[in-house]
Amino acid sequence: MQPKPFILKVLDIVSIIVLAVAAYLALVFAPTEAVMGQVQRVFYFHIGTAWVGLLGFVIAAVAGVTYLITKNARWDRFEVAAVEVSTVFFFITIVLGSIWARPAWNTWWTWDPRLTTAAITELIYIAYFMLRQGIEDPEKRARFGAVYTLLGGISAPITFMVIRLFRTIHPVVIGSQSAAAQGGFSMTSDMKVAFFFSLFAFTVIFIDLMWHRIRLGSLEDKVEQLKLKVSM
Amino acid sequence: MMDIKPEIADNRPQTVGRSSSIIHRPSFIKATLAIIQKDLSAEFRSFELISAMLVFSLLVIIIFNFALELDVKVRQSVTSGVLWATFAFAGTLGLNRSMSVEKDRGCMDGLLLAPVDRSVIYFGKAISNLIFMLIVEAVVLPVYSMLYNVNLFRLDLLGVILLGSIGYAAVGTLLSTMSAQTRTREVLLPILLFPVAMPVLLASVKASSGLLAGAEFSEVLAPLNLLIVYDVIFIAIAFMVFDFVVEE
Amino acid sequence: MIEVKKLVKRFGLKTILRGLDFSVEPGEFVALLGPNGAGKTTFLRILATLSRPSLGAVNVAGYQLPNQAAQVRAKLGVVSHMPLLYPDLTAEENMRFYGRMYGIGKIEERITEVLEMVGLENRRKDLVRTFSRGMQQRLAIGRAVIHDPEVMLFDEPYTGLDQDASEMLDDVLRTVAAEGRTVVMTSHDLVRAEELATRFDILSRGVIAASTTQKQLKETNLLSFYKQALAD
Repeated sequence: MQPKPFILKVLDIVSIIVLAVAAYLALVFAPTEAVMGQVQRVFYFHIGTAWVGLLGFVIAAVAGVTYLITKNARWDRFEVAAVEVSTVFFFITIVLGSIWARPAWNTWWTWDPRLTTAAITELIYIAYFMLRQGIEDPEKRARFGAVYTLLGGISAPITFMVIRLFRTIHPVVIGSQSAAAQGGFSMTSDMKVAFFFSLFAFTVIFIDLMWHRIRLGSLEDKVEQLKLKVSM
Repeated sequence: MMDIKPEIADNRPQTVGRSSSIIHRPSFIKATLAIIQKDLSAEFRSFELISAMLVFSLLVIIIFNFALELDVKVRQSVTSGVLWATFAFAGTLGLNRSMSVEKDRGCMDGLLLAPVDRSVIYFGKAISNLIFMLIVEAVVLPVYSMLYNVNLFRLDLLGVILLGSIGYAAVGTLLSTMSAQTRTREVLLPILLFPVAMPVLLASVKASSGLLAGAEFSEVLAPLNLLIVYDVIFIAIAFMVFDFVVEE
Repeated sequence: MIEVKKLVKRFGLKTILRGLDFSVEPGEFVALLGPNGAGKTTFLRILATLSRPSLGAVNVAGYQLPNQAAQVRAKLGVVSHMPLLYPDLTAEENMRFYGRMYGIGKIEERITEVLEMVGLENRRKDLVRTFSRGMQQRLAIGRAVIHDPEVMLFDEPYTGLDQDASEMLDDVLRTVAAEGRTVVMTSHDLVRAEELATRFDILSRGVIAASTTQKQLKETNLLSFYKQALAD
């Protein structure tokens, strides 16, 4: 087995440190928001995870297209890693959002365009895993996976645009204003520090996890190869 | 390994049936039409697929009737939702069946062996699937109109239904080709299809409920535009990626 | 007529064909024999343009695969263990459909001609689903020769047939499908293969392990040759 690359080891440690710093900035350093109080602190991580979640889905769709063009298994591993890591981050985003929404909007969930699109995107990627699970041939699995991330990557933004139409015409649970209006606030400079650092921290963590997952993928392939050699 | 050339190599005998030595490949449109006609004449003989879709649609409407208690007031606002849910469910039934006809006896291989572009197969199947959906809709709409005393036969509404069905059949045909090749087959299709087809279904519901509520045409232009955008984009993508879905 | 050099086919990490060399002269009838999992069907599917080679050069009827697949398909007829026919269409309609897919002119005459050749002229208006397995297989041969191909591929054509049906199929295969064409057939049935083919290639572990012709077999029989080849 190849040893873990040195840079990856460093990145692991950096990830832990930036996560700790981001937590400190969000929970202690940033001032308490006047209207919503402590619960607003969830916001920093909420945006951080949402950002990398979306980033991962874009990366996955691009990796999928690249796979279809090059047929290089590396891009398939890249795509799986991106989808897997993003699915988890996106889930965290939704949970954090709900925690924030409960006091801010007085409901855990609302069929707002962002929330709904997030939920549908999660479902697309759960479907993606189910699709992959149902295919034995790794080459076909990669091909179908790539096609599906492409379809999902294009349909998700259109879903968002369509749901926005529902909002603008229909009255909704939390009043006729947009989501940002309910529980919106302007950031102080300390809040901005926490906010941008959180974005940075989650980007680092995302890269670290992606790297681990890609490495795991190629190790899996190695194991398969060795198994085949033994059985020959 | 030995390399032997048998005598019959030269002077090959001619078969009795050897009539045309020059092979013409069929044009794109002719081959697509051949597939559509084949699907339609098989279906109009057995009515397996359409009758299943129809009975299923009626059952779905009955369930909605009691689940939503479709009285006059509720009906107004949910008609388009009920219709599109019905079309979507019945649609997956038809898509699955239409693809398993090809898969069961290896006919998909037969199609793939023909000297035509892969996209001919895609368009042929997609248009057949669309026609099946439209036939089912053409029966469900008057039945629904009669049951609930609403007039659904309006040109603008039919236009929305056509656009929605096109998008649904376009993505559905691509995804049913994929799901037919997986272990879970039929079960997988709705799971793959619904989240990706969400824009079609939502935009269609939006546009049709707007029209049914008596909105001006300009008011439903936004969902209609998105519907058209979706149709165009997804037909183009399906056209481009279909090769990847059928090759080995 | 068929020229294959260093053909490799991988499914993911599994290598099915390992640098296979194979060539068939015009008019030859080659039987591909070998144990299950040797890659016979995979190889035939590559020749049939249904599967892409991973590496190597494949030339069929003067065209290169996979790039000129459409040209190859126009000159290729395939009979597999599945009939590739639509049960809800009549014999005639099935032929018409495939005829149109091959762009055949004077289609009605050709249909009659082919149905006569396979002995199903009087059943032309009957649904294929009412046909026995043997009749379906004969019609499948008719389907495969409708465009008068130069090269025929048979993939286990006897699967699921009883003794009588097999004998009848023998006849049709010999007179309709094989005569004047180049044929490659895979089969488990050594006896039938021995009767039909002019050359026997044994596929084992992804390469042609041995080859012999009908003439050379005079002193020994195919079964002992087959056993010998696999034992080596």
